[in-house]
Amino acid sequence: MVSFDSISPFSVSVDAGSVEFGGMTLFADLDFTLAGGHTTCLLGPSGVGKSTLLRLLLGLETGTTNGSVVTCSDGKPLAGRAALMAQRDLLFPWLNVAENVLLGSRLRGEAGDGTDRRARARQLLADVGLDGWAEAMPDTLSGGMRQRAALARTLMEDRPVVLMDEPFSGLDVVTRLRLQNLAAETLRGRTVLLVTHDPLEAIRLGERIHVMAGRPARLDEPLEPAGRPPRDAADPAVLEAQAVLLRRLTEAAR
Amino acid sequence: MKLARGLVVLVGLIVLWQVVVWLTEAKPWMLPAPAAVARAWVSHSGALLSHATLTAAEILLGLLAGTVLGSASALCMAYFRPARRWLMPVLVVSQAIPVFALAPLLVLWLGYGMASKVAMATLIIYFPVTAAFHDGLRRTEPGWLDLARTMNAGRWAVLRHVRVPAALPALASGLRVATAVAPIGAVIGEWVGSSAGLGFMMLHANARMQVDVMFAALVTLAALAVGLYFAIDTLLRRALPWQPDTSPAID
Repeated sequence: MVSFDSISPFSVSVDAGSVEFGGMTLFADLDFTLAGGHTTCLLGPSGVGKSTLLRLLLGLETGTTNGSVVTCSDGKPLAGRAALMAQRDLLFPWLNVAENVLLGSRLRGEAGDGTDRRARARQLLADVGLDGWAEAMPDTLSGGMRQRAALARTLMEDRPVVLMDEPFSGLDVVTRLRLQNLAAETLRGRTVLLVTHDPLEAIRLGERIHVMAGRPARLDEPLEPAGRPPRDAADPAVLEAQAVLLRRLTEAAR
Repeated sequence: MKLARGLVVLVGLIVLWQVVVWLTEAKPWMLPAPAAVARAWVSHSGALLSHATLTAAEILLGLLAGTVLGSASALCMAYFRPARRWLMPVLVVSQAIPVFALAPLLVLWLGYGMASKVAMATLIIYFPVTAAFHDGLRRTEPGWLDLARTMNAGRWAVLRHVRVPAALPALASGLRVATAVAPIGAVIGEWVGSSAGLGFMMLHANARMQVDVMFAALVTLAALAVGLYFAIDTLLRRALPWQPDTSPAID
C-alpha cells in the first residue's frame, strides 16, 4: 500500500443557506458536518438533494444558491482539498489507465519528468488490483475494473477529503462488496462523504449515517454502527442496523 | 468483403448504364456506352491524369485550409465567449451565400490559377468543419468538466485536455462531410474560369461534343472523390481508435 503522510484530518461543515432547484426549495438553512477522518454516509429518496449537497461542498454548479457557506475546522478553504468520485467512472476513453490515474497532474500542468508520479500511479493500480493494466485502454475494462481505476485516480489526488456520489451503484453485488472493502481500506483516515442508495453499503462503510428527507430537506439523528469499516455483510449486528436504516428510509420516503 | 461489395455495386452500375444505352438507342454524343468511355479514357489517360492531379491538389489544399480555419474558428468560439457572438453571424453568412454565386468573384479576385479553386473548396467546407467541431466542444460530458474542476484545472487546460479530445469525434464527422463536398468547390471553380483541371477538361470536351471524353473525366472525378473519402475515413478511424462504431447488431 502507498502510505500518505499528507493527511491531517479536519472536519468540514456546510451551511447550505437556501438552495432552489427548478422552482423548489431544496434546502433552507441546512447544516451538515463531515467528521474529520471519518466516513459519513448520506441516504435518502431520489431527488431530495443528496447530490446537490455534494456539489455544494465541491463548489460545483447547483441551482440557485443563496448564502451557502462551506467551512473547514482548520480554517482553510475546502477548494483544492476535496476529490470527487462519481457514479460513473468518468475515465477518458482517449487515455490509457495509467494516464487516467495521472489525470490531475496532467490537468494542472505539473512540472518535472513525472517518474515519481508514474511509480506512485503504478503502486496505486496494484493496490486496487489493476496490476498489469496500466497500458490498457478503458474500453477494454469491465465495469468493476473501470471503477477500480477511478478509485486509483481519486487516491492519486491524495486529498484529505473525498466525496463519493453512489460510486458502486452500477456494479454487480460481488464486485460491489469487493470495491467497498477496497475503498474502506484505501480511504481510511480521510474525511469521506459517501452518498448512496444502498443501506447495506452505508452500514458496511459508514461511521455516521444520515437519512435526508423532506422538502426543504432535513437530516435525522445519525446512526453510528459499532465496529470498524468495512463491516462484514453477514454480521447479525450489521443486518440489524440495516433493518433500522431501512425503516428510517421507508419513513423518509413517505 | 467491403471491397467485394463495392465492386458488385460498380459492376451493377456499369451494366445498368449499358442496358440504358441499348434500350434507348442513345446517340454516342448523348450517352456514350461504357466501352466507348473506357476507350476515351485510355486514349486520353495522360491528359486526364495530369488534370486530375491538379484538381486533387486543389481539393487537398482546400481541405487543409478549410480544416485549419474551421478548427481555429471553433476553438476561438469555445474559448472566448464574446467571439461566439461575433463569429456566429460570419459563419451563418458563409453558409447562406451560395458558393456558386461567389465563384465568378473569386476568379476575378484570385485569377484563373489554383488560388481561386482552393478558396472555393475552403469556403464550401469551412461551415461543416466549424459547426461540427464547435458543437462537439459545447457538448463535453458534464461529469468530465466537474472532475477537471475538482482537480483545479484552468480554463486552458480544460480546453486542451478535456474539451478538444472529447470533441475530436465530432470534428471527424465534420471532416467526412467536408471531404465529400470539397470536390464540388474545386470543380465549380474550374468551370467558372480556368485553363486546367478535371472541371476545365469536362467543359472543354463538352464544347467540342467529345461526350465520351467528358464522361471519362467525370468517372475520374468520381473515383478521385470516392478514393479521397475512404482515405480520410480510414485515417480518422486510425487516429481515433477509442471512438467506437455502432455495434453491428444495431447497424
